[in-house]
Amino acid sequence: MLSSPTVRTSLIFTAIAVVSLVFADIAVTSANPWKDLGRFFLGIITPDFFSTEGLATALLRTVAFAFVGVALGSVGGFLLALAYRAYPVRIFCAFIRAIHELFWALIFLQFFGFHPLTGVLAIAIPYAGIFAKVYSEILEEADPEPGRLLPPGTGVISAFLFARIPDCWVQMRTYTAYRLECGLRSSAILGFVGLPTLGFYLESAFSQGHYSDAGAMLILFYVLIATLPLWVKPKLLPVYILGAPFFLGEGMPIVWGNVTRFFTQDIVPSPLKNEEGWAGMGSWLGELFVDQALPGIWNTVILTQIALVATGIIALLAFPLISTHFGGPARRTGGHVFLVILRSTPEYILAYILLQLWGPSMLPAVVALALHNGGIIGHLIGRQSSSIALRPDAPSGLDRYTYELVPRIYRSFLAFLFYRWEIIMRETAILGILGIYTLGFYVDSAIQNIQFDKAMVLILITASLNIGVDILGRFIRRKLALQTMPTC
Amino acid sequence: MSGFDLTGLTASFGGERVIGPLSLSIREGDRVALVGRSGAGKSTLISLIHQQVKGQSSLVPQNLGLVNALPVFHNVYMGRLDEHATWYNTLTLIRPFAKDTRDVKALLAELAMPEKIWIPAASLSGGQRQRIAVARALYRNSDLLLADEPISALDGPMAHLVMKLLKERFRTSVIALHDVELALAYCTRIVGIQDGQIALDEPSDKLTPADIMPLY
Repeated sequence: MLSSPTVRTSLIFTAIAVVSLVFADIAVTSANPWKDLGRFFLGIITPDFFSTEGLATALLRTVAFAFVGVALGSVGGFLLALAYRAYPVRIFCAFIRAIHELFWALIFLQFFGFHPLTGVLAIAIPYAGIFAKVYSEILEEADPEPGRLLPPGTGVISAFLFARIPDCWVQMRTYTAYRLECGLRSSAILGFVGLPTLGFYLESAFSQGHYSDAGAMLILFYVLIATLPLWVKPKLLPVYILGAPFFLGEGMPIVWGNVTRFFTQDIVPSPLKNEEGWAGMGSWLGELFVDQALPGIWNTVILTQIALVATGIIALLAFPLISTHFGGPARRTGGHVFLVILRSTPEYILAYILLQLWGPSMLPAVVALALHNGGIIGHLIGRQSSSIALRPDAPSGLDRYTYELVPRIYRSFLAFLFYRWEIIMRETAILGILGIYTLGFYVDSAIQNIQFDKAMVLILITASLNIGVDILGRFIRRKLALQTMPTC
Repeated sequence: MSGFDLTGLTASFGGERVIGPLSLSIREGDRVALVGRSGAGKSTLISLIHQQVKGQSSLVPQNLGLVNALPVFHNVYMGRLDEHATWYNTLTLIRPFAKDTRDVKALLAELAMPEKIWIPAASLSGGQRQRIAVARALYRNSDLLLADEPISALDGPMAHLVMKLLKERFRTSVIALHDVELALAYCTRIVGIQDGQIALDEPSDKLTPADIMPLY
């Protein structure tokens, strides 16, 4: 067993997570965690759909921001995909997708304020980076033969439209539709920084202890995502995309003076602004690095490593719930519902809820990340395990799990896990906004203290860390010869 | 196009020479059948010729090169993308012009499949797909045909129909064929390829199937 590279890699990562646990701050600090949890679940089973008028508007805004953001992102991403061979374009895309939607929102809030453009761009920009990568991969894989057969002198655009796009179309459409689901989640959490989407109302319901309102919002959000294939039809898509901009709300008008000030003053490092020269710059950067960046990076990395392994454990435990090799149709349906809830709940919302119930520590973040990501991977490998045909006399129960299924799905399990490594890190950093000492905490504090220059440097550091982990994840996947498709 | 000379042709895969060095002179009006065992280098020779004439030919490659998601019409229309402006091609993608539809339909009628014009290429059988590739080459309307086993998936009568059409529409052609009878019936010159070299080059009226068999 130990000679297998996949097993060895798993053990190394588990060991790293165990060591990280020693340094991590894992505790339940609230006085009455179980009572609060009980009240929350009571709220979920006694949802109140009519208490706030804002609920319907919040859902509408959530959908509108998702549609406009994803539509702009896919158009931008498509254009970038055409130039994706150019190295600078690749770097640019890697960079804009390494910055989380909430960080983009925090940046735009500083100069566009609560204008709808803030929310739209916060989704569109990172999504454009992701679309560019995936679209270019799809276009790359298309059969080049039809293009080679075209008569010489065929225009570039004609050749592209006839020989390249048609065979990629279905795949690109499927991915874009899938991304729309992610867009709904992103749109919902933008409410946590004050945009008029679901997160805003969820936060206010929670802070006032209105658990039944919060329950109603969550249930409606699950219904919205679960019924996506029913109300998003190709024929209706133009209607939604053209109509959505009218439902973003008024927000606040943009003060252009703020925009200029942001770029010419706010983000200029303070030593340069105060003419302290490069020497001042050195000590400013050094101080920022030691006091904020390093502790932020340390906490982000250990939390990520613990969450990564916890995600893997949840995924391996959860996949039998929907696998056809275990249990009857009734149990499988239950499993599907459970996994849909896990993967539809953004980790940010899950972490927010758990943080309210258990008090501040790394524990709510680890559990939230593990449940959400484990739900996604569990769903994917569960579906894959169902397509495995077992011999008629295959063992049953635990033996079937350990001897027949896990060895067969383990490679793709690891592929998904390492693919999501970077995503988990991006989310870990952002969870700092909730008060866990990861990079997002330091970014958020810098913004609160109106030190946008520091916030920008910290965001750049976060982005570089994500890019680094992405490269490392890809290296490991290549080393172990693991292949996967993109997930979000 | 008035014939062409190919000299010193070579091709290698993974450091191993698969063809040549060989020279071949094709005169205008030649209808050449390339015969020989599979793996002898016929396909390589065809793609070498395609490169030498800089794409100025109607090509039917062995793997057809169809765009599976597009209907038959558009796959055939692609043979003349160079003749129209980009806006015209783009509109055609959304809604074809009546004249083009008529032309393509007439061509498909000759290949006995006019009713398939709006069916995506992906949902057709192997023989039908092969006829689309042939239709695209015919629609392309160049003087030279390069075809690699264009009738391998067609039954007897259909194979004769296609070979007859190709003979009528192209003055000059180079066709890789494994069916010796058809090669003798529809081509004017037989070129036999063996181990990447020309092992036989004779007018077809001087040959019988028995003369060609040693190549296999």
